Amino acid sequence: MTSITPNTSPPSPPLANQPGPIAWMRKNLFSDWFNSLLTVVVVLVLGYTVVGLLTWGFTVAQWQVIPNNLGLFMSGLYPRDLYWRVWTLLGFVCALGGLSWGVLGRNVSTLFSRSVLIGIGVLCAFIVLFPLTRPASLKLLPLLALVVGMAWVGRAIAKKLPNLGVWLSAIWLISLFPLYPLIFNPIPYISLVPGSILGGVGYLFFGAGRPASPVNDWGGLLLTLLVAVSGILLCFPLGLLLALGRRSQLPAVKWLSTAYIELVRGVPLIAILFMGQVMIPLFLPDGMRPERIARAVIGLTLFSAAYLAENVRAGLQAIPRGQSEAAASLGVNMPLTMFFIVLPQALKIAIPAIVGQFISLFQDTTLLSIVGLAELLGISRSILANPTYLGRYAEVYLFIGAIYWFFCYAMSLASRKIEQKLNTTH
Amino acid sequence: MTQFQTETDARPATGAEPVIVAKDVEKWYDNGFHVLKGVDLTVNRGEVVVVMGPSGSGKSTFIRTFNALEPYQKGSVEIDGILISHDLKDIEKVRKEVGMVFQQFNLFPHLTVLQNVTLAPIWVRRWPKRKANEVAMQLLERVGIAEQAKKFPGQLSGGQQQRVAIARSLAMQPKAMLFDEPTSALDPEMVREVLDVMRELAGEGMTMVCVTHEVGFAREVADRVVLMADGILVEEGTPDAFFNNPQEERSQKFLSQIL
Repeated sequence: MTSITPNTSPPSPPLANQPGPIAWMRKNLFSDWFNSLLTVVVVLVLGYTVVGLLTWGFTVAQWQVIPNNLGLFMSGLYPRDLYWRVWTLLGFVCALGGLSWGVLGRNVSTLFSRSVLIGIGVLCAFIVLFPLTRPASLKLLPLLALVVGMAWVGRAIAKKLPNLGVWLSAIWLISLFPLYPLIFNPIPYISLVPGSILGGVGYLFFGAGRPASPVNDWGGLLLTLLVAVSGILLCFPLGLLLALGRRSQLPAVKWLSTAYIELVRGVPLIAILFMGQVMIPLFLPDGMRPERIARAVIGLTLFSAAYLAENVRAGLQAIPRGQSEAAASLGVNMPLTMFFIVLPQALKIAIPAIVGQFISLFQDTTLLSIVGLAELLGISRSILANPTYLGRYAEVYLFIGAIYWFFCYAMSLASRKIEQKLNTTH
Repeated sequence: MTQFQTETDARPATGAEPVIVAKDVEKWYDNGFHVLKGVDLTVNRGEVVVVMGPSGSGKSTFIRTFNALEPYQKGSVEIDGILISHDLKDIEKVRKEVGMVFQQFNLFPHLTVLQNVTLAPIWVRRWPKRKANEVAMQLLERVGIAEQAKKFPGQLSGGQQQRVAIARSLAMQPKAMLFDEPTSALDPEMVREVLDVMRELAGEGMTMVCVTHEVGFAREVADRVVLMADGILVEEGTPDAFFNNPQEERSQKFLSQIL
């Protein structure tokens, strides 16, 4: 209507974003009659389900099957008098995990923010109060304390030693060695690789006592984790190499990588696992046959690597050519360009897909129960076959379902954190 | 070595030392398109050559043969006496000595500004980290973004990013710099800050080949302007002669379109 005057008023404050719960509900749940109807129906269905589940969980369900077989669920037929070894391993992992947490969080104002404290509190309450954890709860609490304490220590040290992160990665990597004497029966000396203190420790703990605890006694969650962690750690480098190979300019390398990827992706995992169990022993002489668990790990690794390679390749293709051209124009050669410029960016892009692959690898370990390895699902099925616990399907499957969910969710949470940390655009 | 040019057309033709010698360069793209149809160009030490021409004329492709980002099929390109061929060793040697600034900056987004600048000196020149950092900070100071050294490229404006890219190339202490439309992707108000850096660089005696549409820059800084069209070099001359009195019909047409 009138002429526009220059706006000299101070910038207006951002619009208030929290109109209160009533207004929020009106806007989001009851905006018109159809939405209101939907809200009511969904609330009814949800309420019915939750109430039904809770009633069942507290009155009908007979949870006794879980604490009675906790040892089986957690570590299969692992001898009871050697449980302390498993606890030591767990303690070691917790300490290292806590330390890493502290080091990663060295620049955050406080490690124990409100949500973390709440989380720890809930976990403590769960461990103390929840009947299923009773037999082990006394040992779980110190473990938790260990994680928290080491986090604090790690943060304190990391402030003085900025390179601690590199050392920690190295320790994580070296601590893999204890796995190998466990898996590969005839080569205990691998654990005595110079400098591999932890490997030596692992050998003392596990290798030396092997007659008392053959690897094939391993089962339950312990086996699931062993197979999953080994599979994840081994398939990553292999997948990376395959992805690079498929993009290589050398025709032979490219052709071989492509053939491998397409071949493996065309075969179901269960077939590969069966082949591993049945065919590898045919090719190798008697003394060199790897343990059945090792064969399973190899099968899973070879399978996942093919999928991982495609995820990494997708990341590689998303990096604009300008990046390697810029590096080339500076005189940086191909391998260095790959290592410093292309791969870091490609892997960052591929993190969600890679972690997705890891999660499905974790879940694929359930297939080992079909080839006769008593991992978490396998041991559950043999527990259910026990006449004492006949018909306790729902309880057992809910329990192991919760365990699978816990680990998979932890992985996806970790991937989100890593993505946030690597985000450099803000 | 450092020389200041105030008079753009005062360069003596004799005693000049050629840094870039391109002879009869021909190139076909993979799809058979004949993009360079025999181009000759010699750039002497300390000289600033501006390459102009309509888009698709092959000017970017041409200067990208100078550091082997584009292979060529016929003719020869020599940089400081090294013939660019299929020999990877020679190519890497040349790339160390020839810096390049791209239209899209092509900074490494996952590295800080400082790391962007020091990466090549540390891993290609094998400088100790401290020396590389010192040199990098001096260069960032020179292009006016030292205080942003710890930031990531994504947090800078386009003009700042392009100045980082220039500093990154200079960190290798190149004998010549190639600029491939360095201001074309910038918002208008940021063009100036980049051109100022380039002007300063030219003033310090850097050998430069610039593909650009900035007529003002060409008039002021260039020793020579060349016009490329359809894969051939149409006209070559001092800025004065080229802009005020173009000889070729193709040049006249091009200038009438951009001036």
